[in-house]
Parts: sequence; structure tokens; C-alpha cells
Amino acid sequence: MCSTCGCGQPDDHVKIVVPGEKDINKGQPDHGHDHTHSHTDDHNHHGHSHDHHDHTHSDQHGHNHDHHNHDHHHDHVGQDHTHSHDNRQLNLEQDILYKNNLLAERNRGYFEAKNILALNLVSSPGSGKTTFLEKTIQLFKDGPEMAVIEGDQQTSNDANRIAATGAKVVQINTGKGCHLDAHMVLHAIQRIEVNNNSILMIENVGNLVCPSMFDLGEKQRVVIMSVTEGEDKPLKYPDMFMSSQICVINKIDLLPYLEFDLEKAKDYAMRVNPKLKFFEVSATSGEGMDKWIDWLLAQTQ
Amino acid sequence: MHELSIAMSIVDIAEQEVKKNNAAEVIEIELEIGKLSGIEPYALDFAWDQAILKTVLEHAKRKTRYIEAMAKCQDCGNEFEIDNFYDECPSCQSYMKELLSGKELRVKSLTVI
Ligand SMILES: Nc1nc2c(ncn2[C@@H]2O[C@H](COP(=O)(O)OP(=O)(O)OP(=O)(O)O)[C@@H](O)[C@H]2O)c(=O)[nH]1
Ligand SMILES: [Mg+2]
Ligand SMILES: [Zn+2]
Repeated sequence: MCSTCGCGQPDDHVKIVVPGEKDINKGQPDHGHDHTHSHTDDHNHHGHSHDHHDHTHSDQHGHNHDHHNHDHHHDHVGQDHTHSHDNRQLNLEQDILYKNNLLAERNRGYFEAKNILALNLVSSPGSGKTTFLEKTIQLFKDGPEMAVIEGDQQTSNDANRIAATGAKVVQINTGKGCHLDAHMVLHAIQRIEVNNNSILMIENVGNLVCPSMFDLGEKQRVVIMSVTEGEDKPLKYPDMFMSSQICVINKIDLLPYLEFDLEKAKDYAMRVNPKLKFFEVSATSGEGMDKWIDWLLAQTQ
Repeated sequence: MHELSIAMSIVDIAEQEVKKNNAAEVIEIELEIGKLSGIEPYALDFAWDQAILKTVLEHAKRKTRYIEAMAKCQDCGNEFEIDNFYDECPSCQSYMKELLSGKELRVKSLTVI
């Protein structure tokens, strides 16, 4: 658990890498902010915290024991502490995602203060998120600066592709994690200097299910579907289309070779979310990208 | 499997409350989960067993209430139950609707000792 953030996301397998910089292993970076704990073996894994209750919380709690041996399962015989052993019902009404949501709001506040337009790009694996970003950066040369956070379970391949365009980029490897969360993004932005008045593109892990529940603090969510995926993606994965504001339909250069009904795809997406705004593009040929670029520019005015 | 992250977030909440309330463990936990919250019940069941091991929830009885999703049509005002985000209004066939319930993701209560 990361005490600075107070966030309990499972981050012990998460790696954050900036291309060209030395790989700082494990968890969050230990520079540039005030983390004082080390992320090595004293890391509190979820639920393992009773194994090492060597700290005394006596003062704080007005009772005097530091044994807390939960293995004995409240076999408290002969111990003179002042726990109340009555059943107590705590009515919490606590949002399960409140920590992620708090950190997302913190990110959002940071972005707003610096006038950074943050977009969260989501899609199934291989829809063309990275290609779309490469093309966007290329076409956006005269616009505001663009920085990128890449999310993948493994490898820095996508970050390296972005780095080759000259843009600032940081890679998050989620390990087994199937989505980015606000905590990872918080630490990733500590690794690159995102300037005021710029754009931050966050490429999420390729997955149309899990990332939908995790607010990263973005201004808008962009779901990308490609014409090779079938028109009914929005109906099969409604949560993602529901939680996005923008829908990019990519790989339209392939339309002549496929039986993909563009209007039907849009109609399905509109059933899930009638407020979606569409862009139809080919990230490889550049077709349709002008409208997207114009829209982006308008967002940063 | 975001259900594992969800289960671990629940464990975090429980650990925190147990500590805050100077209790030993949780004997019962009540969850409220909307049918359109994005949680698959079976995936949560599966993740749960892994997530609670050696935590204050290890021996807790879990009661999960799945909450129906209700929507209000933005065209005709009709309120109706939905199973999917793409369901249309049964009276005017509009897709424009506001979700009234079904996105809940809450720890309603903990019983601690
Ligand atoms: N024909 C065509 N191919 C495309 C287009 N955009 C991307 N591709 C191809 O699709 C494949 C996947 O593209 P990526 O950009 O790596 O996709 P991604 O969504 O970033 O993939 P992950 O990060 O692994 O989820 C590559 O072979 C691209 O060349 C396009 O507009 N047209
Ligand atoms: Mg990619
Ligand atoms: Zn209606």
C-alpha cells in the first residue's frame, strides 16, 4: 500500500518505465515526490498485514497490546486488552471504488490547474490505439505539446514507438492487471514533466471490459473500435461505450475488403450511448484524421 | 478480471474499518451491487475467495444484494427496468434514458467483533 496516496491498489507488480531512462524496478518511482517508504519486502501486501504487527498502536487506541495474533482467531484468553467483543454493525454505505475515485479527482484537479487536456483511450487489443496516437502526434506538430502514458501488461514496445515520434512518454506495465487505475496514472505523471497547456493521451490496457470502471481523472474517454471487429462490439461491451464520450472507428481503409456496416455499428453504439461523438478514421492512411485533429485543437483553445 | 481489484478494494475498506474501530475481525459484510455496475457475480465469487485469505474478511459471511437497474426515459418520462444499457423505452422506443439505479458498488455494512 502506498501511504502517500492512501491508495490500496495492488501496485507491487506494477512497473513504470520511461524510455531511455534506467529502469526503476517495482511499484512507484522513489524520486520526485515524498514517498518515504521503500517498496521492497516490507511492503504491506493486501491482507498480509497481520503477519507483522510489530508496531504498537497502543497510545492511539487506548489499549496496550501489540501481539494481535490473528492466527489464534480471537482466542483472547487471559489477555487484558480492552477490545469490545460485542458484535457491532458499522453502516458504511461506502463506495467500493472510492479510493480510485478520490485519486482520479486528484489527477483531474492537477490537470485542470495546469490546463492539461487528458484523454483516456480504450479499446480491445489491436484496434490501433498506438498507431492512432502516432498519427495524431505526427499531424499535431503545430498544436500544443502532447505527452503520452502507455498502459500494457508487459513490454515497453508501445512507449518506444511513441518515443520514436519525439513525444514525451512513460510506460506503465500492469503485470497481471487488466486496466490502468488512477493511482498508476498519478505516479506515471510524476515521471514525466507534463507542461501546462498541453495534451496528455493515456493509452489504456487493450481490454474492452475492465478499464471501464476505473476513472483515471481524464476529461474525456475515447473508445476506439476498428472495422475488423464486427459491428456489434458496442452491444457486446456496452459498459465501455456507455462510459465514453468519443468513439473512434478505425481502419476504415479496410472497409472495401470487409462486410462491415459502418452505419449499423454507429447505430448500435448510439443505442448504448446516444450522446457519443464519432470519428471515422484510418490511422495508417490518415483518412478522416483531419476532423479528429480539428476537434482536438478546438478542445485546447 | 477487474473483480479481483474490486474484491481487494473491499478488503482494504474492511481492514481500515476494523483498525479504526479497534475490532478484531469482520463476521459479516453486506454488499450492494448494481446489475449494471460491471461486476459479474460468478467472477466476484471467484475473486473473493482469493482476496480474503489471511485478512479480516477471511471468516466473514458475505451477503450480496444485486440491485435492479432502473432507467427513466428522457423523451417520455417513463420509468422502466433495464437489463442492458442499450434497452429501449418500452413505451416510446427511445434510447435516451437516464439511469436511476443499477450502478451501485457499495459496502453497505460490516459487522465486526
Ligand atoms: N489497415 C489498418 N491497419 C491498422 C490501422 N491502425 C492500426 N492498424 C494495424 O493494427 C495493428 C495493431 O495496431 P496497434 O496500434 O498496435 O494497436 P493497439 O490498439 O495499440 O494494440 P494494443 O496496445 O496491443 O492493445 C498493427 O498491425 C497496425 O498496423 C489502420 O487504420 N488501418
Ligand atoms: Mg498499443
Ligand atoms: Zn419513452
